[in-house]
Amino acid sequence: MDLNSQIPEGPLAEKWTKHKNDIRLVNPANKRNIDVIVVGTGLAGSSAAASLAEMGYNVKAFCFQDSPRRAHSIAAQGGINAAKNYQNDGDSTFRLFYDTIKGGDYRSREANVYRLAEVSANIIDQCVAQGVPFARDYGGLLDNRSFGGVQVSRTFYAKGQTGQQLLLGAYSALSRQIAKGRVKMYNRHEMLDVVKVDGKARGIIARNLTTGEIERHGAHAVLLCTGGYGNVFFLSTNAMGSNVTAAWKAHRRGASMANPCFTQIHPTCIPVSGDYQSKLTLMSESLRNDGRIWVPKKKEDAEAIRAGKLKPTQLKEEDRDYYLERRYPAFGNLVPRDVASRAAKERCDAGFGVNQTGEAVYLDFSSAIMRYGREEANIQGDHNPSDAKVKKLGKEVVEKKYGNLFQMYEKITADNPYETPMMIYPAVHYTMGGLWVDYNLMTNVPGLFALGEANFSDHGANRLGASALMQGLADGYFVVPYTVGGYLADDIRTGAIDVNSSEFEAVEKEVKDRLQKLVDNNGSRSVDYFHKRLGRIMWEKCGMARNEKGLKEAIAEIRALREEFWKEVRVPGKLDGLNPELEKAGRVADFIELGELMCIDALDRNESCGGHFREEYQTEDGEAVRNDDDYRYVAAWEYSGNPSEPKLNKEELEFENVELKTRSYK
Amino acid sequence: MNLTLKVWRQDGPNDKGRMETFKVNDVSEHMSFLEMMDVLNEQIINDGGDPIAFDHDCREGICGMCSMYINGEAHGPGRGVTTCQLHMREFNDGDTIYIEPWRAKAFPVVKDLMVDRSAFDRVIQAGGYVSVNTSGNTQDANAIPIEKENADAAFDAATCIGCGACVATCKNSSAMLFVSAKVSQFSLLPQGEPEAADRVLKMVNQMDLEGFGNCTNTGACEVECPKGISLENIARMNREYLKASLTK
Repeated sequence: MDLNSQIPEGPLAEKWTKHKNDIRLVNPANKRNIDVIVVGTGLAGSSAAASLAEMGYNVKAFCFQDSPRRAHSIAAQGGINAAKNYQNDGDSTFRLFYDTIKGGDYRSREANVYRLAEVSANIIDQCVAQGVPFARDYGGLLDNRSFGGVQVSRTFYAKGQTGQQLLLGAYSALSRQIAKGRVKMYNRHEMLDVVKVDGKARGIIARNLTTGEIERHGAHAVLLCTGGYGNVFFLSTNAMGSNVTAAWKAHRRGASMANPCFTQIHPTCIPVSGDYQSKLTLMSESLRNDGRIWVPKKKEDAEAIRAGKLKPTQLKEEDRDYYLERRYPAFGNLVPRDVASRAAKERCDAGFGVNQTGEAVYLDFSSAIMRYGREEANIQGDHNPSDAKVKKLGKEVVEKKYGNLFQMYEKITADNPYETPMMIYPAVHYTMGGLWVDYNLMTNVPGLFALGEANFSDHGANRLGASALMQGLADGYFVVPYTVGGYLADDIRTGAIDVNSSEFEAVEKEVKDRLQKLVDNNGSRSVDYFHKRLGRIMWEKCGMARNEKGLKEAIAEIRALREEFWKEVRVPGKLDGLNPELEKAGRVADFIELGELMCIDALDRNESCGGHFREEYQTEDGEAVRNDDDYRYVAAWEYSGNPSEPKLNKEELEFENVELKTRSYK
Repeated sequence: MNLTLKVWRQDGPNDKGRMETFKVNDVSEHMSFLEMMDVLNEQIINDGGDPIAFDHDCREGICGMCSMYINGEAHGPGRGVTTCQLHMREFNDGDTIYIEPWRAKAFPVVKDLMVDRSAFDRVIQAGGYVSVNTSGNTQDANAIPIEKENADAAFDAATCIGCGACVATCKNSSAMLFVSAKVSQFSLLPQGEPEAADRVLKMVNQMDLEGFGNCTNTGACEVECPKGISLENIARMNREYLKASLTK
């Protein structure tokens, strides 16, 4: 298969400008005759739909939620990176590019990442112009903070709700176009397949989730902005509805899936507390600025804590193991996410975990409270304060910085994190892998584009904090509006796409048959039963650490699970009308196939890089060993007709502007 | 704990609807309210019944999709929480819990506990934006300093999640808190200023067209709002509206 990345010629810093100058245009009169479908209304989808409509295309946008404003970008907490260098701390486009490439463990494409860094500053300008209320300092200018894995302050934020504010900004731009009639919005609609005509993507089949009606929608190009697939693990920080169906259907129609095993496991989430649990909640990375992570030094103490006989606050300083500070003195508690997550797992696997399940570590603010308290007492002129006073003052400072997060933690766990350390454990958060796209964000199916978390291109094997929001908006506001024109320039004489063609009819029939099969199946087990089992296999064998034996077992288990699912799943209700169980069933069927591909990909990649840690490839002290000679490629998997036999195509990654090094945080 | 649930069932917008009674046993106090509903639905499916339809997505209090009226309160007991953030430790063994959908003329029931809140989208479409194209060719983000106090107040208003608890709890089914939060956000920022008058007139007009009631300053909306959106926003919108209607 031809995997031409279409990277423009010329020096790195000039590629995007040159490409924009060379790209073909569609004149305004012709744009009015061209239809574009946008699936998903998160940051990438809303921004793309609004921008394309402003340019004059006819846009149809789809989301499965009751409103485009609900897309899961809304839940992003920390911030958005941009190389503005407002802090005059040495930031630049190149530095943001370099940090992102290095953070991704050298498994992303240089040209795409550089473009991302290049347009990052525009995003902030655009959002401010739209009325996004970023945090400001007393001079009235924009404030910044730092995030993991970098040495500058380039993160713009709106308290702990940056994703919400950016998404509402994009949603308002989208709403403006809906009001003008430039975008036709389809809420509570789920895309269930892509339709290809003469090899090009020419539309989708969607289900109206309220009426159950199956609809055909034609367009000259289809943009998938459908997010990541972290819910393949059942438990993740994703929303309940986040799913892979749109991307997976595109894959089954010929679009390659790239690096599917690259999953980000976020180190600081509230641990699992029981079998009934439906999702996991993230505690922002910003907490690691002041919180110290530890477990007991002695196993008997850990056992006593698990049994409820000992409290963490009773443990003396010398009996605590601050393992991140011990292992990584240079970065301490602020190592990148993949490193911090693995270190927590290592301690818990060794028997030092601290909650009932043995799968939790402490995130402790007591030193920060005392440190801030003494500082505050000094400010107040009290140079000999009592411990109680120091503690009180310290708590006030911590509350100002992290109050909303502490409150969220207390709401969920009923523990007061000012008095006792938080318990945290890693959880699935983001997927770096996704649909393979070229420099124009087009998949290998002509006319089918993928934006944001749904594509694979920018984060390599590990994403840095505050970069997901940046990528979603960059793709939607500033990249695809140009690149889609280059493709559509050939379509000015095509005319409206006929949805009564045999191609649409055939795909619609497949969709309907599959739904019918699910409803008629009348098995003995609920959809969630299968989803939970899949999640367990993925978490244990394709999670934070993987090995050949486990992955081979997982592949066999998932194959068996797929068979069992189609035999035993029970979907109540009918095809007509609202049927949430039917929606879930279709998504889980796709997750099962994806899960197998993730394991196959992880098995193929005989190296450790970023979030992909193969236990066979590590140093004596447990650090990842990358293999640039053999695995410096994007693994783009092609669907063969059988989910168990995907075909591997490779896109070799060329590094002309950075030197490949071993990441070290010691 | 063991619970009795009285749940509103309604097949569609035109169905009359009824209360149904369910028993759920062995509920853990650590469960969220929606996880308890998951357990109930699993039970209903295994018994061959039709599971209860309800809206939910992020389950961390930010998407605004969950919307249950529990024991006569929007999002149930507890302040500053959405239904998904409510935990079963707020209830006691043996409790009977009443669960209903948002009730408002402008929010027709889709099924069971699920309502149609697209009226909110249409209010935003009427003017809840700054009319700037997404070209990226705007001025530098720091070109206009904004007083921190105003920026912070704009942010506080902008944290509305559009869940509709304010409408559900209001005896008049008024959407004033929701609409005023958006009007306030933009009226506090220089970027929103050029269109301020048009915006407030159009949004209020649309609000009325959708069938939301009027505000009688009861303040229940502020109490039940999971994000603590302040009544001050309504006062600000009234000032903006008056100003606009005198000058336009």
